[in-house]
Amino acid sequence: MTEPNSTNDPVNTTSAAGSSAGSSFKAFFRSPAAGALMGFVAVFILFSIFGYSRNFLSVAGITTWVNFASLIGMIAIPVGFLMIAGELDISTGAVLPAATMTVAIICEHYQMPEVIGVAAALAIGALIGFINGFIVTRTRVPSFIVTLATLFAVAGLTLFLSIFFINNTNSFHHPPEWAKSLFGGKVYGFNSSVFWWAGLIAAFAFFLHYSPKGSWVFALGGDQESARNAGIPVARLKIALFMLCSTSAAFAGVLQVMTFSSATSQANFGLIFNTIISVVVGGVLLTGGFGTVMGIVFGVLTLSIVTQAIGFTEIDRNLSFLIIGVMLLIAVLLNDTFRHLATSWSGTKKK
Amino acid sequence: MSDKKPVLELRNVDKSFGPIDVLSGISLKVGEGEVLCLLGDNGAGKSTLIKTLSGVCQPTRGEILMDGETTVFSRPREAQERGIATVHQFGGTYPLMSIGRNFFMGSEPTKGFGPFRVFDRKRANRVAVEEVQKMGITRITDGDRLVGGLSGGERQSLAIARAVYFGARVLILDEPTAALGVKQAAHVLRIVNEAKRRGLAVVFITHQVMHAMAVGDHFAVLIRGAIAADFRKGEKTREHIADLMAGGESMADLEASIEGNMETQGG
Repeated sequence: MTEPNSTNDPVNTTSAAGSSAGSSFKAFFRSPAAGALMGFVAVFILFSIFGYSRNFLSVAGITTWVNFASLIGMIAIPVGFLMIAGELDISTGAVLPAATMTVAIICEHYQMPEVIGVAAALAIGALIGFINGFIVTRTRVPSFIVTLATLFAVAGLTLFLSIFFINNTNSFHHPPEWAKSLFGGKVYGFNSSVFWWAGLIAAFAFFLHYSPKGSWVFALGGDQESARNAGIPVARLKIALFMLCSTSAAFAGVLQVMTFSSATSQANFGLIFNTIISVVVGGVLLTGGFGTVMGIVFGVLTLSIVTQAIGFTEIDRNLSFLIIGVMLLIAVLLNDTFRHLATSWSGTKKK
Repeated sequence: MSDKKPVLELRNVDKSFGPIDVLSGISLKVGEGEVLCLLGDNGAGKSTLIKTLSGVCQPTRGEILMDGETTVFSRPREAQERGIATVHQFGGTYPLMSIGRNFFMGSEPTKGFGPFRVFDRKRANRVAVEEVQKMGITRITDGDRLVGGLSGGERQSLAIARAVYFGARVLILDEPTAALGVKQAAHVLRIVNEAKRRGLAVVFITHQVMHAMAVGDHFAVLIRGAIAADFRKGEKTREHIADLMAGGESMADLEASIEGNMETQGG
């Protein structure tokens, strides 16, 4: 594992040769985040050139895609954790609307305190994650199928319960002042969710790359049988990761309903694609065992620029999907190259 | 049978999965500084036996004794805590993780305190490299290298060094040489000898008689889940052991029949 942040600290004190500032620089380029960063920089420069006259670099231009990125991003990182651990979660597309409706129904329709609505939404997220993880670990049905099932089940249940409780599939919600500023406020055009995301990036990166348990996630995707033999609680860790993922999606739902003051029970299928594209463009290996938080962050930012900020450039906005498609393909093709670079590197001068 | 006190012993162990009996009446013992070679063809029940020894499976009947006391390992972790380390064919290593992280997988060293405890990468790398070098692999000098870049023999050695470092008393090696070339296999065998010299009890599972003969003190041949032969070093010749593994059929006969076939095919 080479951390993307290792640029700041001297690498390999144990190695007799090859410990220099240059090697940590190279270490970054072997990491899966490097490709994602290069992609991001390339897209940013391209869009800056074509968008210079159309306010791409203005506050409005930047906040548009950063705000969008924050909601996708806080879901994409735990989705990336699952992919590193060799699993997939597509139920997020139903968890997010379920969370928004939960907050709206409890706080707007039943006029209960905001805290209860938020707690209930997060609890529902955690419960769905638990169900996903439980089924995946018990049955060995591929997680793609399990979460596809929960995606539809939760989406259907959300619609049904929305009609049942408030006889409407959509709802308004006007949170009280404190909740609005905490979850849905704006600072210089940046939504609260951007700051929440920044905090979550730090927490997620700490967990995956620095905390002792971070290695376990990679071990799950690397070789599950060995992980079990090494005494890692495979099933419990997997369930926890699914819960983290769904709870993050629910939290994104809470932020969304507070920010936009409205909730919808429609399943958000676009979110599923957006999170997975971000993770793959971010350099996480589809087969698991390899990836970084910063890579995913760059993946999310790149996706957000291309889909959201294209209106601020002279590029035809219909081309955004084409750009995404090409990017995704390049990322997947580069996957192998980066893995090869990382494993063949020997740390010493020879080879 | 053995003059040393056995560290791990199986007494009349049976293991069935539903109606299928995989192991029947297995009795084995292995002492300190001793290498017990378990020989058997594919499907003889070697894997199940390993799983039983390492706590993945529990015996249906019979008992496992550790230091003379009856023991039940309900989880692999429990067996590990008692000092039973299993190294699997592919080394139980994660190719896309660093040597340091691999070495400490499941027992990560940390620094700092409370919720801010972080993985101590420098210490992990240093210890991993030291331990691997002590086992005679001097080519590994950088703990940040990914294991995927190591050779098969080096990976095995890393896994064995890891087990030794974590205080293993019984080392179970599941076909460590099966996927390796001649030189690499010799490498691993040297490390098995090193582990033996350090007083570990080694259970060496293989179907390569040559490798077994090179390090073994005590041999057991497994056929269809039962022990077909149990003997000590020097009591049987290589040909005899190969015959036993082939299920009693003489290798010479087998070779003759293959040659006969070739001739009829060719002619």
